[in-house]
Amino acid sequence: MRHRLALFLIATLVVAPVLAQHEAELDKANNDVADTASLQRGARYYVNYCLGCHSAQYVRYNQLGEGLQLSEDQLLGNLMFTSELPFDTMSIALDPEDAARWFGTAPPDLSLIARSRGTDYVYTFLRRFYVDDSSPTGVDNTVLEDTAMPHVLWELQGIQEAVYEADPEHEGEERMVLELTTPGLLSEEEYNEVVRDIVNFLDYIGEPMQLERRSLGIRVIAFLLVLLLISYMLKKEIWKDVE
Amino acid sequence: MAATEADVSNRLGRRLNALGDWIDARFPMTKLLREHATEYYASKNFNVWYGFGVVASVVLVMQLVTGIFLAMNYKPAAAEAFASVEYIMRDVEWGWLIRYLHSTGSSAFFIVVYLHMFRGLMYGSYKKPRELVWLIGMLIYFCLMAEAFFGYLLPWGNMSYWGAQVIVNLFGTIPWVGEGISEWIRGDFYISDITLNRFFAFHVAAVPLVLLFLVVIHIMALHEVGSLNPDGIEIKEHKGPDGKPLDGVPFHPYHTSKDLVIILVFLIAFSGAVFFAPEMGGYFLEHANFDPANTLATPEHIAPVWYFTPFYAILRAVDNKVLGAALMAASVMLPCFLPWLDRCRVKSVRYRSWIYKTALTLFVISFLALGYVGMQEATALYKTLAQIFAGIYFAFFVLMPYYSSMERTKPVPSRVTR
Repeated sequence: MRHRLALFLIATLVVAPVLAQHEAELDKANNDVADTASLQRGARYYVNYCLGCHSAQYVRYNQLGEGLQLSEDQLLGNLMFTSELPFDTMSIALDPEDAARWFGTAPPDLSLIARSRGTDYVYTFLRRFYVDDSSPTGVDNTVLEDTAMPHVLWELQGIQEAVYEADPEHEGEERMVLELTTPGLLSEEEYNEVVRDIVNFLDYIGEPMQLERRSLGIRVIAFLLVLLLISYMLKKEIWKDVE
Repeated sequence: MAATEADVSNRLGRRLNALGDWIDARFPMTKLLREHATEYYASKNFNVWYGFGVVASVVLVMQLVTGIFLAMNYKPAAAEAFASVEYIMRDVEWGWLIRYLHSTGSSAFFIVVYLHMFRGLMYGSYKKPRELVWLIGMLIYFCLMAEAFFGYLLPWGNMSYWGAQVIVNLFGTIPWVGEGISEWIRGDFYISDITLNRFFAFHVAAVPLVLLFLVVIHIMALHEVGSLNPDGIEIKEHKGPDGKPLDGVPFHPYHTSKDLVIILVFLIAFSGAVFFAPEMGGYFLEHANFDPANTLATPEHIAPVWYFTPFYAILRAVDNKVLGAALMAASVMLPCFLPWLDRCRVKSVRYRSWIYKTALTLFVISFLALGYVGMQEATALYKTLAQIFAGIYFAFFVLMPYYSSMERTKPVPSRVTR
C-alpha cells in the first residue's frame, strides 16, 4: 500500500507538470518596470499604436506622468493629443458596439491585460502575427488563434508567413514556423525592443504601485525584524524563572 | 514646595486604582482579566503549534479592520464593482495596501486555520472534555468558508463570477428542491447584480457577526476546560499547595510574550506575501479575475481558490453529480465527528501507536494531494488520483473507530515534558 502510494505521489509530481504544458510556448518578456526610459517609450508607442482602439480606463494621465517622471508639459505634448485633461483617464472615443460590429468583438481595455494574461503572453502575441488570406484582417496569430486584431505594428515588424517544416521533436509530423518575408522598418532586434517597451508599459499600468510596494515591503520587514528581536528578548526575560 | 515626581506618580496611581474600583463595582473588568489572562493557567511546554490560534485571531482582526476600509470605497453593484476595486488600487490613498492585506489575509486565514486544526489532530485537542471547543471550531471553519465564498464574488472578476456560478449550481444538484434553492441563494435565475448585492450584505454584516460570536464562545469553552498541551496531559490534575497547576504558567505575561514572538514571525512571512507576491503566482489572486465578469465567456479553466480545492477534487472524483456533491459535503462535515470516532484513550500523537501516526500522515498527504488535483483540469489521470486520495481521506475518518481501538499506546507521563 505504501509503495503504491509513493508511486502515485511520484506520478502526481512528475507527470503533472508534463501534462500541463499543452498551451502555446511563450517567449520571456524580460521587461523591467524600474526602467523609466523604457516605460516612457512604451507609453509613447501605446498612445500612438494602441490607444485608438484599446482604452486604459483605470489609468489617469496625471498619475501616469508622475510615475513616468514626466512634467505636465511633456505629458500634454507627447501623450495627450485630444481635448482630455490631465486628471482624465485613458479612455477612447470608439463606441464598443460599433467596434463589435466592425471587428466582431470590442477591443478589450488593456489596463489589466498584463495581470490577466501575463507579460510573456502579450510579448509573444505582438510578435506572432502571420499572413492569413482567409481572415478579414489579413492576419492570424499563433498565440491567439482567429484573433480579431489586425497587425497594427506590421510596418515596424514587416510581414511574416507561416512555413511548415519537419518537427524535430515528433518524427513524421510537421510544425508551423513563422518566416519574415517582407522586412519592416525595424530589424528583428529593434522590433523586439519596441514590443518589450510596450509590454513594460502594460505591466506598469497593470499595477502602478508595484515599485513602491516592494520598497515599502523591505522597510516593513526590517521594522518587524527589529520588533521580533526585542520581543524575543522580552520573552526570554519573562520566561527565565520557568524551568 | 513643589511636588516631587514620586508624589505625582503616587497620586496618579491612586487615581487609577480608584477608577479601577469604580469600574469593578459596575463591570467585572478585573475578574475577566484574571479569569482569561493573569490567572488563566496554560501548560508551560506549548510548542509553536499552539500559536496558530492566537495568530488566527490576529488575522481575524486584520480582516475586520481592512474590510471596513474597503467597504468605504467599494461599490456592490454589477456595473461598478470591478471598477471600484481598481479605484481602490489606484486612487484611494493606501488603497492598494488595504486591499492586498485583505486579499492575502483570506489565504493566510485558511493556512493558519488548517495548521490550527492539524494541531488538534496531532495532540487530540478534540477529545473529552474538549468536544464543544472542537465543534465550535468547526462552526468557525464553516463560517470562514461561507465568508470566503461570499467575499470572492465581490471583485466581480470573471473567476469570481464563474466560480460563484459553479458553487451555487452545486446546490442545484440536491434532488427535487435543488433548483429552487440555487434560485433562492442567487435571488435571480443567474448570478446578477442582485446576487452581488446580497453577497455583499452577507460578507460584511451577517457572517462576520456570527464569526465573532463563535470565536468568543470558542475561547470561553476553551478557558472553561483549559488548554491541552503537546503531551495531551490535563495540567489541572496536578496542582500545588497553592491550588495552581504545577505545569502551568499564567497566560499573561508568559504566553502573551511568547505569542507576540509567534505573531511577529507570522507577520514577517505575511508581509513577504503582501509586498512581494500578492498574487502568489495566481494562487491568492487568480489571473482570470483581472478580467471583469463576463456572462458570455468563461475563464479557460475554472477552479476555486486553493483553500477549497481539496473538496472540489472530491466533488469531481465521481461522474454522478448528486453523489459528488454529497461526498463533498460529507468530506467537509466529517471532522465534526472526530471526538466520537476516535476510540483511543491517549490524546497526544507522542504516545499513540504507529497506527495513528500512519493514518494521520496518510490523511495529510491525501489532503494536500486532493488540493493539488483540485487545481488541475479534470483529466482521466487526475480523476483516478482524486478517487484514490478521496478514498484515503474518507478511510481516515470512517475506519477510525476500528483502528483507534486497536492501538497499543505508550505510557503517558503524569507531568508534562519539555
